[in-house]
Amino acid sequence: MKFLPFILRNLKRKKTRTILTVGSIAVALFLFGLLVTIETSLNAGVDVAGADRLVVRNRISLIQPLPISYQQRLRQLDHVSEATFANWFGGIYQDERNFFPQFSIDTDTYRDVFTEFVIPDDQWQSFLADREGAVVGKATAERFNWSLGDRIPIKGTIFQGAWEFNIRAIYEGETAEADETQFWFHYDYLDESRQWGKGLIGWYTVKIDDPDTAVEVADAIDERFRNSAWETSTETEKAFAAGFAKQIGNIRLIVLSIGAVVLFTLLLVTGSAMATAVRERIPELGVLKTLGFGDGTVLGLVLAESVLIALVGGGLGIGMAKLFTLSGDPTNGMLPYFYLGPDSMALGLVLALFVGLVAGLIPAVTAMRLRIVDALRRV
Amino acid sequence: MAIPISYNIRSVGARWANAVVSVLGIAGTVGVFLAMLAMARGFQATLISSGSPDNIIVLRAGADSEMTSAVSLDQVRIIGDAPEVARSADGAPLLSPEVVVIGAFPLMTTGTDANVQIRGLSDRVLEVRQTVHVTEGRFFQPGLAELVVGKNAVTTYRGFGLGESVEIGGQDWRVVGIFDSGGTAFDSELWCDSNLLSQTFGRSENVYQSVTARLESRNDFTALKDTLTADPRMTVDITGERAYYAKQSQAVSMLIRVLGFLVASVMAIGAVFGALNTMYSAVAARSREIATLRALGFGGTSVVLSFVAESVLIALVGGVLGCIAVLPLNGFTAGTMNWQTFSHLAFAFKVTPSLMLWGLGFAALMGFIGGFLPALRAARMPVATALREL
Repeated sequence: MKFLPFILRNLKRKKTRTILTVGSIAVALFLFGLLVTIETSLNAGVDVAGADRLVVRNRISLIQPLPISYQQRLRQLDHVSEATFANWFGGIYQDERNFFPQFSIDTDTYRDVFTEFVIPDDQWQSFLADREGAVVGKATAERFNWSLGDRIPIKGTIFQGAWEFNIRAIYEGETAEADETQFWFHYDYLDESRQWGKGLIGWYTVKIDDPDTAVEVADAIDERFRNSAWETSTETEKAFAAGFAKQIGNIRLIVLSIGAVVLFTLLLVTGSAMATAVRERIPELGVLKTLGFGDGTVLGLVLAESVLIALVGGGLGIGMAKLFTLSGDPTNGMLPYFYLGPDSMALGLVLALFVGLVAGLIPAVTAMRLRIVDALRRV
Repeated sequence: MAIPISYNIRSVGARWANAVVSVLGIAGTVGVFLAMLAMARGFQATLISSGSPDNIIVLRAGADSEMTSAVSLDQVRIIGDAPEVARSADGAPLLSPEVVVIGAFPLMTTGTDANVQIRGLSDRVLEVRQTVHVTEGRFFQPGLAELVVGKNAVTTYRGFGLGESVEIGGQDWRVVGIFDSGGTAFDSELWCDSNLLSQTFGRSENVYQSVTARLESRNDFTALKDTLTADPRMTVDITGERAYYAKQSQAVSMLIRVLGFLVASVMAIGAVFGALNTMYSAVAARSREIATLRALGFGGTSVVLSFVAESVLIALVGGVLGCIAVLPLNGFTAGTMNWQTFSHLAFAFKVTPSLMLWGLGFAALMGFIGGFLPALRAARMPVATALREL
């Protein structure tokens, strides 16, 4: 610790360079935070998916419906504690760009299955009481400045017509990762008003009492409906979300390659700045050694300088990334889970520490190996 | 008087290690920038080229894609009667009423299901979409459970080799042919008989998702649109096929673009910092040289120009490297989900010369910004003190 003022002095002697190096690390870590956020967001839902939930869809594909009568039959199966359903609505609010997911839901059971969404009880009751009521996630409500009681017109695409809903409840996610963009309304309202497809729903979400039986129950469900007109395909919510994410493409690879390019560039920038700093200071280091400071101390001093730069830069960058993600999704609803988690932030700092160590290593070793005679000759 | 550029080239040579750092930083930035744009452009090109300027597509009024549309057989007949629609040699109108559904099939790479578009069409479709050719096997026969498969679908999803059987909706479909539509969205689709497909998927008979018709002349578009929209029986939207597919590409290419620009601009800031660092230390290390140049009579402007030129030069080398690094991506096929149709789509990266020019311009801009401030410092250096420095 007693060397700290010394290190700080050294950093201050070339302010521009220190600022620029800290700046490039900050930028790189900001980018890292951004990429991690994008990646988690595109993997939407995989991490937040409940382990005790199964998704049951029509075997042909998700756009094919299932009959509403399956709800009772699903409930009768072993280990199934509840079955709820939803239907994709796909309407447009004002403009196609204002995308957010809308579902018509089974109001009796939906809340029991999706417990991660927190809704004040009085709001939920007023939603239940209003046939045209709707529940909307906080993020979407804030995006369009909706408040309780607002009447929202939505143009139907699959179910044609001009639909209107009253905002009766606003939900929040129990954790920060939760999707707060959804819009739910009564299935009954949809079923009464639509001209076709009555009695059909989109998909079921089944809650099971023991996550370990997931595979077994999924097989049992598909077996139950085999050779019927509506065969099913059942998988855990996690697998369902992951399958979805995989369709978006090999995003992980792209993110990783960008990350690698950035990290490599960053190492070069910091390394070269540190090397220049050591080169300029060779005579000084000679003086230090003459005064009796050991090789180890000199090595430590240079390394500490590099690590300090990296950590300050890293902290700044991650902090900015966090601030940026707090301001919301830049693509208007294409990335619902725009969130930077604490473990990713910690990983970023570890990365910065690593960059500081590696970049400082060669100059530090050079400084350590310096012979006093050679160094002093340059004074 | 201008300082000869050979001075800068030699200086860079003398301090190559620092220059390499800048070059690589800028190369990386340009590379990422170009890769993102190539992806967005490739995606867009795939969809836009799916439409032919001679074709129109008819959807239900208000439908934003085929997935949410429905057109009845009566309406199909009315469209076929329109004089603007081209006819085949036997006098039948060149149009294809199509049923579009989605089936879930496993991806070759991961084994997880992807949403694949299955298109049921009339056997006249090859006359309507003249860019599509069967490359292997033959076209499906009407009324039989046969599939012709796009060339990308064969390589993207499991089980679509020629002669294989695929189960869709409880029925076995045989793959009898593979078609090539020239890198368009159709290449990711499965094609088959429309009536059989609507039966299999429990759709009402004589209802189609869309009608694609070939125009007698592409100038007839407005005339046909006016005729059809004036008809009270037609509650439809008529769009040029090209415009329709251009719209389909909007969401995803916007996503890629927004993210690409965001990432590239953040990286650009980092690269400019790197360039600044390099140029500042170049100026610091060469203060005597600079002072000598000034003493020889080169003006401040010449010094600024010379250092900016040096920085831009370094950046351009980085830019060229970045372009070269991205070139192998040209034609690389990736797959993603197209949100508008909810289905999986293969597309190829497109690295075009104009994109590379953009990349070089971007590099030069970073070099300019990175070189300007250090150059100013160089020019402002007091000659006498700098000369005295050892």
